[in-house]
Amino acid sequence: MNLNQLTITEAKKGLKKKKFSSVDLTNACLEQIKKYDKHINAYISVTEEKSLKQAEKADQKLAQGDNSPLLGIPLSIKDNFSTRGVRTTASSKVLDEYIPPYNATVVSRLLDAGMVMLGKTNMDAWAHGSSTETSDFGTTKNPWNINHLPGGSSGGAAASVASYETIAAIGSETAGSIRQPASWCGVVGLKPTYGRVSRYGVIAMASSLDSPGPITRTVEDSALILEVLAGKDENDATTSEKTTATYSKNLNKDISGITIGISDDYFQGVDEEVKQAIMDTYKPFEKLGAKIKKIKLFDPKYAIAVYTILQRSEVSSNLARYDGIRYGHDRSFFGDEAKRRIMLGTYTLSSGYYDAYYKKAQQVRTLIIKDFEKSFGEVDIIIAPTSPTTALPVGASKDQSMFGELADMLVEPSSIAGLPGINVPAGFSKNRLPIGMQIIGPQFSEELILNIAHKYEQETPWHTTKLDINL
Amino acid sequence: MKINVTHIAKLANLPLSHEEKQKFEKQLEETLSYVENLKEIDTKDVEPTSQVTGLENVTREDAASPSLTQEEALSNTKSIHNGFVKVTAILEQ
Repeated sequence: MNLNQLTITEAKKGLKKKKFSSVDLTNACLEQIKKYDKHINAYISVTEEKSLKQAEKADQKLAQGDNSPLLGIPLSIKDNFSTRGVRTTASSKVLDEYIPPYNATVVSRLLDAGMVMLGKTNMDAWAHGSSTETSDFGTTKNPWNINHLPGGSSGGAAASVASYETIAAIGSETAGSIRQPASWCGVVGLKPTYGRVSRYGVIAMASSLDSPGPITRTVEDSALILEVLAGKDENDATTSEKTTATYSKNLNKDISGITIGISDDYFQGVDEEVKQAIMDTYKPFEKLGAKIKKIKLFDPKYAIAVYTILQRSEVSSNLARYDGIRYGHDRSFFGDEAKRRIMLGTYTLSSGYYDAYYKKAQQVRTLIIKDFEKSFGEVDIIIAPTSPTTALPVGASKDQSMFGELADMLVEPSSIAGLPGINVPAGFSKNRLPIGMQIIGPQFSEELILNIAHKYEQETPWHTTKLDINL
Repeated sequence: MKINVTHIAKLANLPLSHEEKQKFEKQLEETLSYVENLKEIDTKDVEPTSQVTGLENVTREDAASPSLTQEEALSNTKSIHNGFVKVTAILEQ
């Protein structure tokens, strides 16, 4: 048995029964990184020495009967989460020497829960993109086929899970950056409701949308991590007071009688193989007692426009702080994608254009939210393809200023509305690239969508399909 | 839609070369063409949404609490003078 291929649930059992130690588990992941990451490039920094120290400490605590939820479990962290004493670059040369003096709330919570941090994963620079090709530290490759992209912006995170270079990963999504790479890499990616998980210490992209979340091998692992991350944080005023559930305890609830919405609008321009895979999910859902119902949703093409304006505008404001005076390099170090986004946002917020662009986009955002509210009166959840395609070839995003928006067309509407969504593997294409399905629910319905995702996963063989990395 | 890239780059404090300006002008106009379709949607009397949480007036007690030390706060600063961030003069004497 390869320890680095375990799920969190399996690893926890093994640690408890003393079949192996956290040091064994951590070493197995580090060995895999040494063997494969020169080809995959999932990590920007690997913190081997620190990781092994944390693992030793975890082993001592385990021996004392400590029951912390992630005690001794190795995780990778996307490189836009501030990690005290560990370089944090957001994949940009602007921050290539930046060492944060504090931890993001997500990181503190994971450390308190006992995680072993393996290192920091590659991403699109500043999380701008859906390919990792805008990273200043080289593109990450898809472990299923290294001539293809992993998706993004959490491409390194998804690839680190798929290539067994970690047990699970932490990513962040603004509109697609968890679900889309999870889809392309054949793993589970959960984007929580906006405000469910703290943004404190995450390098800000679009502050009204940013949502940190887990990327894992199974839905159960996703629930276990969300239990640690979710909840009110004094340092992020947008986090919700709403109580958090024990998400992992309700995964097996009967889902018979629930109504699943599907919309033709989410199948426009989608690859035939992807379409077919999503339609093939109806059977297992019906077997579980769910009803499939056709609904009409706001055309996602308008969500692309809304997202493009809001995201660029918020980016131009958030990236204004990088002046090279207090930390980091000056503004000449920004890459092309960041420059494009800063300028477009500056333009849409500038005098004379604000009403035509920013205000208009915020009004259409209201209409998209209302459209989802209406739909959730008719159905319990919505399913759709996560991405219109399987992983595209390396180089596909070059000089395509709208690449990300088109790749994320089907996840942008729910992100704009602040809704939770999860990507679950739903099959493979003929050339053996993963296909993903997303489940979208109303605000704060994580318990329900994890429950439904888990039941679907248990009915299908996709999550147990082992990747045989052949390089 | 024509974008004045030189003006926007100045507002955004981005140093751009002549070649970059030409390249970005084309790309920015292409991006703007994608968002033109919003004009098709009637938004008369629709309230804009700036945030989705529904939370309002989130406050905390105005009390001092532990924070970074001066040394930690300056740990990534290249130009320091007597424990302060040193910047180039912006005002004339």
